[in-house]
Amino acid sequence: MWPLIKFLPEKTSFKYVALAPVLCTLSLLACLASLYLMLVPFQPPCAGLNCGVDFQGGTLIELSTKGEEVDLGKLRTLLADEGVGDVQVQAFGDGDAVMVKFETPEGQNAAAIADRVKAAITGELGEVTFDRTEVVGPQVSNELLWKGVIALLSGIALMLCYIWFRFGLTFGLGAVIALAHDVLLTFGLFALTDMEFTLVAVGSILTIIGYSINDKIVVLDRIRENLRKYKKMPMRDLIDLSVNETLSRTIITGVTGLMALGVMAFYGGEALFAFSVAMAFGIVVGTYSSIYVAAPILLVLGIGKREGAQAKVSEENAVQLP
Amino acid sequence: MLNVAPWRIWLVIIVTIVGLVVASPNFVPQSYRANIPVLKDLKPVNLGLDLQGGAYLLYQVDVKALEKQQLEAAVDDMARVLREAKPRISYTGRGVADGAARLRLVNPADSPRALKLLSDEIATDVQAGGFGRTEKSISFTQTPEGLIEGRFSKTMLEQSTRRAVDQSREVIMRRIDPGGVSETSVQRQGIDRIVVQAPGEQDPETLKRRIGQTARLTFHLVDHNVQPQDAAAGRVPPGTVLMPQDDAREPFVAVKERAILSGDDLNSSNPSFDQQTNEPVVSFKFDGRGARIFGQITLANTGKRFAVVLDGKVITAPNINEPILGGSGQISGNFTPESAKELSDLLNAGALPAPLAIVEQRSVGPGLGQDAIEAGQVSTMIAGVLVLVFMILAYGLLFGGISVIALVVNGILILAAMSLTGAALTLPGVAGLILTLAVALDANVLIYERMRDEAKAGRAPAIAIDAGFSRAIVTILDANVTHLGAALIMMSLAPPGPVKGFAWTLTIGVFTSVFTAVLVTQLLVAWWFRAARPKKLPIQ
Repeated sequence: MWPLIKFLPEKTSFKYVALAPVLCTLSLLACLASLYLMLVPFQPPCAGLNCGVDFQGGTLIELSTKGEEVDLGKLRTLLADEGVGDVQVQAFGDGDAVMVKFETPEGQNAAAIADRVKAAITGELGEVTFDRTEVVGPQVSNELLWKGVIALLSGIALMLCYIWFRFGLTFGLGAVIALAHDVLLTFGLFALTDMEFTLVAVGSILTIIGYSINDKIVVLDRIRENLRKYKKMPMRDLIDLSVNETLSRTIITGVTGLMALGVMAFYGGEALFAFSVAMAFGIVVGTYSSIYVAAPILLVLGIGKREGAQAKVSEENAVQLP
Repeated sequence: MLNVAPWRIWLVIIVTIVGLVVASPNFVPQSYRANIPVLKDLKPVNLGLDLQGGAYLLYQVDVKALEKQQLEAAVDDMARVLREAKPRISYTGRGVADGAARLRLVNPADSPRALKLLSDEIATDVQAGGFGRTEKSISFTQTPEGLIEGRFSKTMLEQSTRRAVDQSREVIMRRIDPGGVSETSVQRQGIDRIVVQAPGEQDPETLKRRIGQTARLTFHLVDHNVQPQDAAAGRVPPGTVLMPQDDAREPFVAVKERAILSGDDLNSSNPSFDQQTNEPVVSFKFDGRGARIFGQITLANTGKRFAVVLDGKVITAPNINEPILGGSGQISGNFTPESAKELSDLLNAGALPAPLAIVEQRSVGPGLGQDAIEAGQVSTMIAGVLVLVFMILAYGLLFGGISVIALVVNGILILAAMSLTGAALTLPGVAGLILTLAVALDANVLIYERMRDEAKAGRAPAIAIDAGFSRAIVTILDANVTHLGAALIMMSLAPPGPVKGFAWTLTIGVFTSVFTAVLVTQLLVAWWFRAARPKKLPIQ
């Protein structure tokens, strides 16, 4: 009974494409919903995303005391007295650690205000440890935002070029539309869960792009190979066959990836949580979109010309090869 | 493929051994390594600021202030050239506005001659771009309002900004790390920015105070013609300015705008104590030229006052009781022993050529970093064990075991490459490491699945193994090229910090993964096959 790989059926014959019309519609709806969540309210710079100081500018301070509970109300008043508006104060741990986040008042130096606020906090609360301070000026946050956008767009463009070069334009378009789908849904996840969107999040999305395209290459590669092998098989059957053939790889690789990320989400601490969750989501969505977005698009985009062929897929057909 | 060329075998063995040696500082304690010659100089992986704790400061050079300084100097030059012209060209108002140095000629008919003279005397050729093309550093024109104005060329401004940033960088290094021993790094970023990364720095406030102060020390003569009531009302003649002072009896001092000497003319300074009052002072010594000028001026102005100005604020404005000819003196002005030492350190390190402003600051306390390291270690360990167990469960002791060995070699090589390049391991980098290992397994999975396909199609084990490798490699390379693309984009756009560390880890991981998944796996499978000569693959 061991190795487990023997448990996986030697040959599956799930009809993936049959479900495609329903799932493609769902995907399209999910993409539109993500777009909506991401863009509404239309407010620069981040719209529906909960941007961290990286992209929005401002100050984030994390402090902890030696086991004393922090009076959040007092802290808020203190910050208001210092003249900073739009303050978020949040306790975590056992209430002895606090995160303070605020925007830099117009026309003032961000670092100077952060110093003033820290001095005021020390004055009020006595001895505290500043575990983390992040101050990002408006110019830098704008640049980071642009760089983030450029990184994502050039990431997708690069993948398009590579797949185009390796597989031709139809495959390339299919893969890139699927990729855009993955990126959009990941943005949707960030907007929906209100997870903080930071530079690290952009890094995780770029990695998702890398992983997702990897997965698409495996499936597309098999489709291309089968296109040569079974010259008469209708496209939908050929896609089903290819996905079935790569299924055990998809499962094993997906499971190892998810396992590693799951561990990181649980044990990696708060700093890695959002990153791991986004990546795990990306693996699931990326795997799904290889099968249900990238492949069906091939049908729509013209490789489906072979649709007219009469041959039916069958066991013999699949195995009778040299 | 089952006949592995000898060079490949040696390559795998040598790379693995070298990798193990280079990575060893990460798991062999220093005390054991100290006695082994090769090992004792190797360093473990460099931890990023988010793991180690420390401060990251991004400064921007105030380019506008720099340009203004230069324009002011240019106006002085222009005025001098016109005064020294024969016959003399007279001018009236002079000043700096809208990014130009301007003055007005008394007689507009002089303007062609003035323009030519200024251009000949002041403008220099600066290299613009490549190919030996040059342009004038400053161009002089006549405005429609009849003013003569000089504007710096773009290249000139860019070059002077670069120079100022380089100088600032050196000054900062001298200020924070006079001995050159700490791990603090000071680097230029882009054209006008400087990144300071101080790992382990517990007190970013002190660091900021030491870096951020321009510390421009100047000596001015006090303008005795200004009456106190005029000074209070802000009425001063041209060429004289009011400078603030920390003294309630005289909150402003009217001084001549032109500095007679500056911090650049100092040779050295030290904190010390005044011999009579015993209060903390900063004593200083001018260099040869400075001493001569100071001597002449104090001789000519005995009985009057001069002001010592630091960054536009008067520290002290004493009487010149007698000419100071020795070139040394002391500054007193409400110092504590600490602040006297701070100022003299700053003076010794030199002034910043232009003001700096912090545009980004990130600091992580040591406690948080320690927590992050522990979280990273725990999750790496658990994830590693889980993945290993899963692979052995999935593919059996033999093939699962082979992929586990490949994975362990991969992990060692990544650690070795990171230790060797000095790339910082950041918290997202830890995640990148785990993810890379998980994805590296994909290569093994692709190879094994191919073998199974081929075996299923009725091929003999040897041919199935062969075909499995040769066909899977194409897919593996495709996958890794795309990963590399994503990582390189991140690397080129991310600022130094966690995300860049992540990109580094991914990039290194791509290369080691291809190496181990393809070469190491192949070698192990080939060895096993030659020893066992199986009739059937164990994963079939």
